[in-house]
Amino acid sequence: MRGQSILEVNEICKTFGPTKALRGVDLKVRSGEVLALIGENGAGKSTLLKILSGAHRADSGQMLIGDRPFRPSGPSDTRQSGVAMIYQELNLAPELSVEDNLLLGHRGTGGGLLIRNRQRSKVLEALKTVGLDGISPMAIVGEQSIATQQMIEIARALVAEARIILFDEPTSSLPQKDVARLFSIINDLKKRQIGMVYISHFLEEVREVADRYAVLRDGENVGEGKLEDVEDDTIVSMMVGRDVENLFPTVPHCPGEPWVKIQDLTGFPYPKKINIELRRGEIFGIAGLVGAGRTELIRTVFGLDHLSTGSVSVNGESVRSSIGERIKAGFGIISEDRKNEGLAQNLSIIDNLTLSRLADYTTLGVLNLNRRKQTAEKLLNRVQVKCKSSGQAVSELSGGNQQKVAIARIIHQQADILLMDEPTKGIDVGTKAEVYRMLGELAATGKTIIFVSSYLPELLAVCDRIGVMARGELRDVRDTLDWTEEEVMRVAIG
Amino acid sequence: MNFRRILKTIFQSQLGPIFALAFILMLFAIADQRWSSGNYLSPRNFRVMMNSAALIAVPALGMTMIIIAAGIDLSAGTALTLCGTVLATQFKYAAVASGEPGFFWVVLQAVGLTLLTGCLCGLVNGGLISLTKVVPFIVTLGTMTIFLGIGQIISRESTVYADEKNIPGWLSDFCYTGSNSERYLNFGFLPNIPNSVLLTLILAIAVVLLLRYTVFGRNVFAIGSSESTARLCGVNVPFTIITVYTLAGVFVALGGLMYYANVKNGNPSDGMGKELEIIAAVVLGGGSLSGGRGSILGTLMGALIITAIRSGCAQLSILNTYTHIIIGGIIIVAVIVDQLRHGSPEWFFRLLPAKNTES
Repeated sequence: MRGQSILEVNEICKTFGPTKALRGVDLKVRSGEVLALIGENGAGKSTLLKILSGAHRADSGQMLIGDRPFRPSGPSDTRQSGVAMIYQELNLAPELSVEDNLLLGHRGTGGGLLIRNRQRSKVLEALKTVGLDGISPMAIVGEQSIATQQMIEIARALVAEARIILFDEPTSSLPQKDVARLFSIINDLKKRQIGMVYISHFLEEVREVADRYAVLRDGENVGEGKLEDVEDDTIVSMMVGRDVENLFPTVPHCPGEPWVKIQDLTGFPYPKKINIELRRGEIFGIAGLVGAGRTELIRTVFGLDHLSTGSVSVNGESVRSSIGERIKAGFGIISEDRKNEGLAQNLSIIDNLTLSRLADYTTLGVLNLNRRKQTAEKLLNRVQVKCKSSGQAVSELSGGNQQKVAIARIIHQQADILLMDEPTKGIDVGTKAEVYRMLGELAATGKTIIFVSSYLPELLAVCDRIGVMARGELRDVRDTLDWTEEEVMRVAIG
Repeated sequence: MNFRRILKTIFQSQLGPIFALAFILMLFAIADQRWSSGNYLSPRNFRVMMNSAALIAVPALGMTMIIIAAGIDLSAGTALTLCGTVLATQFKYAAVASGEPGFFWVVLQAVGLTLLTGCLCGLVNGGLISLTKVVPFIVTLGTMTIFLGIGQIISRESTVYADEKNIPGWLSDFCYTGSNSERYLNFGFLPNIPNSVLLTLILAIAVVLLLRYTVFGRNVFAIGSSESTARLCGVNVPFTIITVYTLAGVFVALGGLMYYANVKNGNPSDGMGKELEIIAAVVLGGGSLSGGRGSILGTLMGALIITAIRSGCAQLSILNTYTHIIIGGIIIVAVIVDQLRHGSPEWFFRLLPAKNTES
């Protein structure tokens, strides 16, 4: 039974206007195995997923499930064919109960009526499979943790009797310990002969969970095979199309005099009594588990979250806690939530780029749009944003390019103290390397950076010092050389 | 050469509302020639239509700004007639008649109070919205009836008529659409265009410039597109929102002034339902109720589309009841077309002949 092909994708092409998103992609998923789909942002993974889910229709090519042709016309069609998707952003109705969510869109009803008892055993069994025996089917989904919600989503796929499950970066919002849980469930699903496609940027993760890999680049297959037969470097060079000697490029910089002082910073409920002294040209990393209060710390420093006690001073002068004052004092922020907060998605690149420092382009209150455009385009060139024009809406850019726009904005703002919350979240390896280099260059010109990340290798590679947070407190600060990954985790869990 | 591409280009251009207006005018003109008097496109009827459109368009300019900032103002209609009523009351109880010495001050006070009323209405809306964080729909739903009530107190629950001799000449001529050229402000060279239309055009240009060439204007778009992003970028969100609603209040007051000039009386309950017409004009012009999008040119076209249909139906002696249905239908169709232009046209383009896949 194992090894039998259950999903086949042949020669799929898709164009959007002038862009060729997919140019003849092949894929084969066998039952009881996990295929890792790897590629940079913009390589075509999401487009392929959308075609599989019926959100888009392929221009040409065909798909087979078993040996029946598969041409989904929409999500319910996909579901009927036994294909389930687990997206990065979860797709649950937060106000409904676990059971209602599991049965949502399920057709096992009697004449349009939902007969709960008939479904109850199915629901309980699915919950048990994903290790949620403890949870009541009547619990409200929105009150569960993100990890639990993800398990609920997988359970929903089981209730729908999916034979193929597609995961789109399922771990990007999960804390470490839940990742292990997710992987053990995926292993169970393998035993049930379910075929899975797993999309992720993290090679370590892919190695842990997947059997085979397929690499996409610019909408084409560039390599596939068994994961055990291939080195990481080989996969990375397939993804970016060139050899990447260094995943973490650093730029030499040396921290100067003490500059920013954060004293007893306390918010409600997090952070708690944070003291940090930052030096000019220093990259200060903050590690910790999701929920340790890292984002809250950054937001309080910027004035976005309410401050209970404590102060922030720059160059010995205390700065009042309002966003306006903080921006004036040289603070700039990159939000962790790029889609909703970081960028105004349907505004143009120029508008986003210049929003925080528009007044520079006015004479007597009138904006000089030409000058604004020239400055913006110079900056876009500098950070190498791939776009059709600077007037394009940000929503049309890939995640990596969006992040570059967000970074370009704080450069444009001429911020001296950059607060970066997960600046490399959801962007591909190549762009990540560019971001690290940019951080180094900024530090070399005397900017101070606070760099929050859940990805330890990047913190250890890029930062001068790292502080570890747990339960809202800054537990330990050391020079990067004095930390190891294990040490950081030990402090973060404590 | 490619049907899909041509359709796509038309859909995606910003000129959609202009095409729609031209199409509607043409349709009614033909129908009018065939079955009715053929007066639909006569200069006089044209002036009447433009004047009615101006009455919607001026408050709709403010509404466009509000909608771009992801808000809504349901109180615009009753605030408008409240302003008109304030103006009417001022003239009714004026101590001096038109032409007598001191009348200038009466007019100044009347117009000033009218504008102040509009400002205050907007300020209350904007203040409540940004301070309490209650959604604009609810806040303005409440102020809608509050403004109606205040208007009824001022008018003592009746229609306020002012003596003809107390109304300044320029105001009487403001919405004049007849054939006496002396009553138009044509500066000696313009054709006979109702003065209300001139004012509308000037205001529209001012708003276009405001939205495009000032920090304030860009901030309005930013707030509408994503309020949290705007806050993150240091935009003073409460100030901007209060300013938007207050400015919109000024436009509502000017709308009230034009309303008074048009009907020569002030009746607070006339305003019920006007807000929907104003919002419809913005939406027909491509404004998105989810914010971040809207155009002044579009709004003007939207106002013209509504009046063109109404006037056309009147010319063809179509019953009022059917006119309502036609206008409602057009609004829904317009929004669907607009979504096709911006949103996910996939299902629509699937209906068109498929591209040759073997190429």
